[in-house]
Amino acid sequence: MLKKIFVLSTALSSLLALGNADAQSARDYISIVGSSTVYPFATVVAEQFGKTTDFKTPKVESTGSGGGLKLFCSGVGVEHPDITNASRRIKKSEYDACHANGVNEIVEVKIGYDGIALANSKKAAPMALTLRDVFLGLAKEVPAADGSKKLVPNPYKTWKEVNPDLPDTAIEVLGPPPTSGTRDAFVELAMEGGCKSFDWIKAIKQEDKKAYKRICHTIREDGAYVEAGENDNLIVQKLEANPDAVGIFGFSFLDQNRDQIQGSTVNGIKAEFETIADGSYPISRPLYFYVKKAHVGTIPGIEVYLAEFTSEKAWGDEGYLTDRGLIPMPEEERAKFAADAKALNNLVLE
Amino acid sequence: MNNTNSSSIAGNAPGKPPRSRTIERVRSGLKKRHQAERRFRLYGRVAIWLGLAFLALLFVSIVAKGYTAFEQTYIRLEIDFSADNLGLGIQRDRAALSRADYGGLVKASLRSLFPEVTSRRDKRALYALVSPGADFILRNQVLEEPNLIGITKSLWLPANDDVDMFIKGHTERTSEDSGRLKAIQHRWIDRLIAEGRIEKRFNSTFFTAGDSRDPELAGIRGAAVGSFYTLLVTVALSFPIGVAAAVYLEEFAPRNRLTDLIEVNINNLAAVPSIVFGLLGLAVFLNFFGLPRSAPLVGGLVLSLMTLPTIIIAGRAALTSVPPSIREAALGLGASRVQTVLYHVLPLAMPGMLTGTILGMARALGETAPLLMIGMVAFIVDVPSGIFDPSTVLPVQIYLWADSPERGFVEKTSAAIMVLLLFLIAMNSLAVFLRKRFERRW
Repeated sequence: MLKKIFVLSTALSSLLALGNADAQSARDYISIVGSSTVYPFATVVAEQFGKTTDFKTPKVESTGSGGGLKLFCSGVGVEHPDITNASRRIKKSEYDACHANGVNEIVEVKIGYDGIALANSKKAAPMALTLRDVFLGLAKEVPAADGSKKLVPNPYKTWKEVNPDLPDTAIEVLGPPPTSGTRDAFVELAMEGGCKSFDWIKAIKQEDKKAYKRICHTIREDGAYVEAGENDNLIVQKLEANPDAVGIFGFSFLDQNRDQIQGSTVNGIKAEFETIADGSYPISRPLYFYVKKAHVGTIPGIEVYLAEFTSEKAWGDEGYLTDRGLIPMPEEERAKFAADAKALNNLVLE
Repeated sequence: MNNTNSSSIAGNAPGKPPRSRTIERVRSGLKKRHQAERRFRLYGRVAIWLGLAFLALLFVSIVAKGYTAFEQTYIRLEIDFSADNLGLGIQRDRAALSRADYGGLVKASLRSLFPEVTSRRDKRALYALVSPGADFILRNQVLEEPNLIGITKSLWLPANDDVDMFIKGHTERTSEDSGRLKAIQHRWIDRLIAEGRIEKRFNSTFFTAGDSRDPELAGIRGAAVGSFYTLLVTVALSFPIGVAAAVYLEEFAPRNRLTDLIEVNINNLAAVPSIVFGLLGLAVFLNFFGLPRSAPLVGGLVLSLMTLPTIIIAGRAALTSVPPSIREAALGLGASRVQTVLYHVLPLAMPGMLTGTILGMARALGETAPLLMIGMVAFIVDVPSGIFDPSTVLPVQIYLWADSPERGFVEKTSAAIMVLLLFLIAMNSLAVFLRKRFERRW
């Protein structure tokens, strides 16, 4: 028995060593990394691309926007990813890091918009929130109720205290943790949006940007905001069990679970496909992906993948990505980015 | 009765009846002591029953949520494989056939079933009843059998996940158009059911396909094969290295400070959180050696680092349990030390070592954290065909599905958990079997 095992394991080990020789010499599939928000869309395109062409199905990793850009910018060569998805635009610092590592030519493709929904169970009445309500309900420090220019620790326990028009239920919001891109966008768009509605806080931005950010971006930590984990499905399930709670998640989760949950209106606008597309719904953000031009031609199929992603049947008004909850761009914008992708126009950040 | 106790209580003061007092004290305490013992046993039983109850709850909830995933709703459609419908010209070679418009076949068939549907909006809703994967099923059928062209055939095609969820009772019919399915689609489904065109069948796709973003097309084959390759690398590396290390440390190494240090470190390594090994893998295997991301090779390397301490510790325990008389007898008959170990000690310790290895493998099979760092948490459709292909593993697949917005993935998640548990139970039973079958006691 012993000898057999020994021979078997030696054989296996040598097999591993043999195969190793040509491991890195070529990669015949596209490697995609990046945002977990773009992941559901990128994977659908990847699958469609794999099934309708002779190329292998791309590999799509969900690493988060920042993590994806870091991997993407680490260099040129088969061991580095070809495309990274991002739920925000590339930062100047990341762009510089890319250039420092020899990734000089990047093609930027904007793919559409994503809305962030505030929703509660269908068992409760729908909520009509404003950005100011969201800020007052969730910030760690809020302006004192007497109207003076003073910040006090958030005293509000129920929505009714925030705004007399809202229901008399305790403030209990289930949302993503700080590591999530959804949280970043929520803080930037919703919290800051409500925060800015106080003129004197807005004025602080000119003098002390840090203090302004601290006031507007800090979420309360006294239990009213519950960090429910990265898993949006879990938040949906918890809402179903607790009709008094409000959840924060990507629009596609609202879209997929409409029989259980309902979106709140924000500033009077319902989170709908159309309202996010025309920009009237206030909490929405653009989604992007970035392509490493040096890899086009080396890794097979990148041009074809770009063509698939930017085709009307994918990202158009009635394309299959809209079935998954992607909010399409207006037609002219689509045409512009499709042309950019086709010509592989280089992104230049000043 | 007093006589028997006389010696133990001889020191008591005379005059009083000391013997009976002690007896009484013992007797009065007896009831309490018995009660305490009964209570203790009760606690033990409650603990066990509580554990079993949680286990049962876990299994029941997983099975209750997941068993429906082994079935899939199919819709019977008459597909007219005419060259016109396919948009085929005179050319009938493979390339032309693979490019033909198979989606059009499904749409044409649906239109002929519901000729009253005319508006563009309604047509879109109608086409959405059938899975987008139906096109590829038809395409593969035609590529396999090109003489299907020109024939009308009745085929069962998978329904879209929204229809599937409704038929299985996971989503409710809503009065307005607020649900995933619109009222008009419900009317069509009712008609299809009445005509016997909807049926639930065994979901073989679940076991033959790789991952997909359409729940009705998603399968666990890719993840299962990925797990297999990863574990293959793990066992090929960690078993021989682990056994060699255990044998050397136990049988040959001198006892000194250095070996003591190594021993302490091995014991500590066994308790290191697995994510740390993932970081190590990222730094060493990916960044330094430049091995491919997401490959089972790297996953296996990282997991073997993680299981090595477990195997070494189990191996050393198995070696110590071999009685010294065996070694002494072999040495006494003139065998060298290597011969003694290889032919006498190791075979006797092997069952214990194998048990340790299998339990280590079972732990590696359920691991996701270290794989996160080396890119195995990824959407991969193609079933991997070797240890260099990008792949994912079963627990990662569970994680990815649990995070998907589509409702259909809820049952798929539970079904994948069931498959993973099945593998774990099988591996643990093998370990128990090996122990029972080959273990020797002295």
